[in-house]
Amino acid sequence: MDAILLQILNGLDKGAAYALIALGLTLIFGTLGVVNFAHGALFMLGAFCAVTVGKLVNYQVVTLDPTRTTPWGTPVEIRTPIVQEWFGDFGAFMVEYSVPLSILFAIPIMLLIGVIMERGLIQFFYKRPHADQILVTFGLAIVIQEIIKAQFGANPIPQAAPDLVAGSADIGVLLGFDPGTVVYPYWRIIYLLFSALLIGCVFAFLQFTTYGMVVRAGMADRETVGLLGINIQQRFTVVFGLAAVVAGLAGVMYTPILPPDYHMGMDFLVLSFVVVVVGGMGSLPGAVAAGLLLGVLQSFASMNEVKNILPGIDQIIIYLVAVVILLVRPRGLMGRKGVMES
Amino acid sequence: MSQNLGKIRSPLDMEPLAIEVHDVESASRSRSARNDLILICVFSAVVLASPWLLAPFGAAYPDLLQRFCIFGIFAIGFNIMFGLTGYLSFGHAAFLGIGSYAAVWSFKLLTMNVIPAVMFGVLCAGLFSALIGYVCLRRAGIYFSILTLAFAQMSYNLAYSVLTPITNGETGLQLTLNDSRVLDAASGIDPTSSLPVTNLFGMKMSGYPGFYLCAIVLIISFYISIRIFRSPFGMMLRGIKTNQNRMSYTGINTRPYLLAAFVVSGMYAGLAGSLMAVTDPLAGAERMQWTASGEVVLMTILGGAGTLLGPVLGAGVIKYFENIFSSFNAQTLHSAFSFLPDGLAEFMVTITHPFVGEGWHLTLGVLFMLIVIFLPGGLMEGAQRIGNMFSGSGGKSEAESPAEQTKPAE
Amino acid sequence: MSLFDDNVSRRGILKTGLVGAAVATAPFHFVRGAGAADYLNMPKGKSVIFGFNVPQTGAYADEGADELRAYKLAVQHINGEGDGGMLNTFTSKALKGNGVNGKKVEFVTGDTQTKSDAARASAKRMIEKDGAIMITGGSSSGVAIAVQGLCQEAGVIFMAGLTHSNDTTGKDKKANGFRHFFNTEMSGAALAPVLEKAFGTDRTAYHLTADYTWGWSQEGSIKKYTEKLGWNTASAVRTPLGAGDFSQYITPVLNSGADVLVLNHYGKDMVNSLTQAVQFGLRDKQVNGKDFAIVVPLYSRLMAQGAGKNVQGIFGSTNWHWSLQDEGSKAFVKSFGQAYGFPPSQAAHTCYVQAILYADACQRAGSFAPCDVGKALEGFKFDGMGNGATEYRAADHQCFKDVLVVKGKENPTTKFDVLEVVEVTPRAQVEYPPELLGGQLGSCNNGA
Repeated sequence: MDAILLQILNGLDKGAAYALIALGLTLIFGTLGVVNFAHGALFMLGAFCAVTVGKLVNYQVVTLDPTRTTPWGTPVEIRTPIVQEWFGDFGAFMVEYSVPLSILFAIPIMLLIGVIMERGLIQFFYKRPHADQILVTFGLAIVIQEIIKAQFGANPIPQAAPDLVAGSADIGVLLGFDPGTVVYPYWRIIYLLFSALLIGCVFAFLQFTTYGMVVRAGMADRETVGLLGINIQQRFTVVFGLAAVVAGLAGVMYTPILPPDYHMGMDFLVLSFVVVVVGGMGSLPGAVAAGLLLGVLQSFASMNEVKNILPGIDQIIIYLVAVVILLVRPRGLMGRKGVMES
Repeated sequence: MSQNLGKIRSPLDMEPLAIEVHDVESASRSRSARNDLILICVFSAVVLASPWLLAPFGAAYPDLLQRFCIFGIFAIGFNIMFGLTGYLSFGHAAFLGIGSYAAVWSFKLLTMNVIPAVMFGVLCAGLFSALIGYVCLRRAGIYFSILTLAFAQMSYNLAYSVLTPITNGETGLQLTLNDSRVLDAASGIDPTSSLPVTNLFGMKMSGYPGFYLCAIVLIISFYISIRIFRSPFGMMLRGIKTNQNRMSYTGINTRPYLLAAFVVSGMYAGLAGSLMAVTDPLAGAERMQWTASGEVVLMTILGGAGTLLGPVLGAGVIKYFENIFSSFNAQTLHSAFSFLPDGLAEFMVTITHPFVGEGWHLTLGVLFMLIVIFLPGGLMEGAQRIGNMFSGSGGKSEAESPAEQTKPAE
Repeated sequence: MSLFDDNVSRRGILKTGLVGAAVATAPFHFVRGAGAADYLNMPKGKSVIFGFNVPQTGAYADEGADELRAYKLAVQHINGEGDGGMLNTFTSKALKGNGVNGKKVEFVTGDTQTKSDAARASAKRMIEKDGAIMITGGSSSGVAIAVQGLCQEAGVIFMAGLTHSNDTTGKDKKANGFRHFFNTEMSGAALAPVLEKAFGTDRTAYHLTADYTWGWSQEGSIKKYTEKLGWNTASAVRTPLGAGDFSQYITPVLNSGADVLVLNHYGKDMVNSLTQAVQFGLRDKQVNGKDFAIVVPLYSRLMAQGAGKNVQGIFGSTNWHWSLQDEGSKAFVKSFGQAYGFPPSQAAHTCYVQAILYADACQRAGSFAPCDVGKALEGFKFDGMGNGATEYRAADHQCFKDVLVVKGKENPTTKFDVLEVVEVTPRAQVEYPPELLGGQLGSCNNGA
């Protein structure tokens, strides 16, 4: 029982990451009609916002000490972290909480990146075939990746969660298990809650604001909304920026779990596409549901008990489920008719 | 495949389609037949002369030439599915991988002769594509793409791990000294102390002979692809791309046509895969990964989807970048710019360096974006624009261009 | 290209242009190879070309970049530029700093992408187009085995870079291939006594293993040697390569009764699984009244930096570490550090040593012919290259030398100072009979 509970948590955690990327993908697809292969890169850029903030708050002034030498004979570098020096306790606080603080940094940056991407490139591809969209966004994703690689190298760069939440919580005790049997890292719990909050915000924005209502109307029937004299273009730009922010924040919060590297976006991209399609193209609740479902199933498939019966099942479970769902439900879990079928 | 070829010759089959009827007129047909003949002749000449033509670009060595041909075949096959029907398969690399594995197994178990290996590879890929196609073609659009992607990723993941007894996992399936090779053993070929090489009735299939084999197969594949494009079957597939619903309303069941196209293109992929094994008898799982499937999609779009020559061009460009651009380092750049004055040479090296060597991905990404932004029809559109510029009939070519867009290869 | 300097036939073929041309030209290329040289890519001019095949894109790009730095340094030293590095400490004094066999060393580079196909393609380019006499480099066993096979078929020497699987000089060994790096068998043999000292003999291990050949090889060796100590193996779970999030494999460890977690992962997988295992509190856990322990059998310092604080106190093995104090290591760290401003990685070290060893063997053999060079390398005993007394065993072309057992450093002074050497396990303890790992070398191939 404890094992199953833990796997559900693992699955929700993983699923939340898929869901957040898939949510943005399907939002862009549903409103703009664009297949965005650069969305994984946005997730990665978000993670590198955290890396950048981490580097900034840990910025060190290098002075050379000519009296001591390194094993290779150059003077030893003395590194002084200036942020802590200048700001004292507040500086130390910023170093400690660099990942959560990156959220504040990432929101405007990702919004800006999203808007620039949409205005600078994506807007010219609304009417183009999906194949062209794939090629151009894939090219963009490679360019973004290579720039990040040139800047930060190819190796993962660790980002620590604040010490306060670095350990793990004995949540089993709350549910009546023996102490120590169901422990879960604080940061993963925070990540899960944060994802839920973020998803809630996106839905609330679309559901309860007039702005969101128009966007939803645009998703349903772009032409008619345009005929009503509403500047749908401008709203689409905002939607793209919003999707970029969602992916970026998912990336920021994921860094303590997965040390980011330049390639992480591609790794998530394919799975996110599967999630979007399993959920149903253009369906926001579908994307979230499919993300969580696939995450949980993947966790269960990784259990020894399952793997002993079906070796290798954890390698293919996501794709297998995708195939089954698409064969049983032609438009995914919650897809609408007529979306992307021609 | 022979069935489709048989059909091509009967002009009667063309009548019921009612698509591009004006094409059917006999005069234009004979003209287009002549154009096709010129096309195939020029194509053959260029392919066979590529060891000389590509020498100034540093690409004239057997391995890369083989790769140009092999990926050309792969892309031609992919284009039959994607270019004609518009169904975007994201799992074609799986068939390439299966072709490779089948061919290597044929080398291991039967004989080092390439004929059985290629046949076995194409057959296996054909069977797999029939199976996977049957399931995936129940859905259209992106749902189809994701289904094919899912099957390919499952093949890749399993080949890498639990299927290791068949695929030799990460290391890749290789020949060993103690393989049985029953046919070779029966015909009295001694197992030597070194690994045997692939051969065509005694002719060694590595190096240039291997390239010529690939080149001839590429030319035949190209020819078959022209015939498919021009055949009623090809028309039918284009009809599906243009408006599948209307096709259905006219009472045509489109799925058998789609499946046939899918299997043909799967067999092309298997052919490419088995040729990879012929020129280099090793089959690795990463040949089946989604990035490999993505690569052939990019090749086709880059060159110009739906055109005859485009996919081959796209394949050539991408493989050229992968193999040549990645090999440039600061040293080669310095010697390349050595004709310039010192300061300028230094400057040129500095600005070009991020784009070559380890930065070749960056160049590729930028190229994708530039092509798709400025040449929506891929490289073929670029070639056509240049062609129009030279023919000097600006106004006329503009009027023609929409019609040409479907088959600019002419 | 000089391959086709016969102008008459060239024009003729261009004219014919069609299928027939292929048949006409085919025998042409056959004759070309034969008689032109005694062996493939025999250097004719004043220089000889080495092929450096390293990952420049993908997960191991940083490791590849470090390998390339080391190779450039090696070429400089062989050609007599720079401070000479390990040539000053190397026991063989055949190389005089004037190139090899009187020829200046030049090099070409290629990108393996850490994919067998791409690695073979780029090695083929170097052999067929650039005329490389030797291929070296790489950062994974799959690639090493694939390229080694290619070099055997083509007829050039392959000096393996970073490859740790037993198969490279075991099941898949080749006469033209040589490996300086150690393997999983040696890791297991070297780690076991240290683990015994640190954790005792009554332990239960839980393995998480990357689901491909290297992972299995590593898992097998560690199991073999720890079970000899009296440890139990609770479970050995295979994880998909590049899984990213390993939580679903880590939570079952919590209540499995195991008190040691062995992570048979390398590179990014190692960084991720270790980071996550520590997050799940495994390092602070008490099981069966003992402190829970994590072991990473193969460390890479470059990657360990990616795991940050999480590596502290965790045992593993490595081929070489820059903090070693022997003369050879000091000389290498000095010339590398002065050239690039930071210390070299173990990948850089093994690649540097391989390039020097190859050049030295050519010099001693007085030839570049693969079979002659191979003979010069077989059974070659040397010292002063950072690993103490070392031998290239003739039976399987594997180097035998001391193995380093290391631990994540508790108080690193710089970001390079991640690992500390716990023990240098002597060569005698890690040596095994060549038959143990199977395979056949076959006969060497000169290519022509």
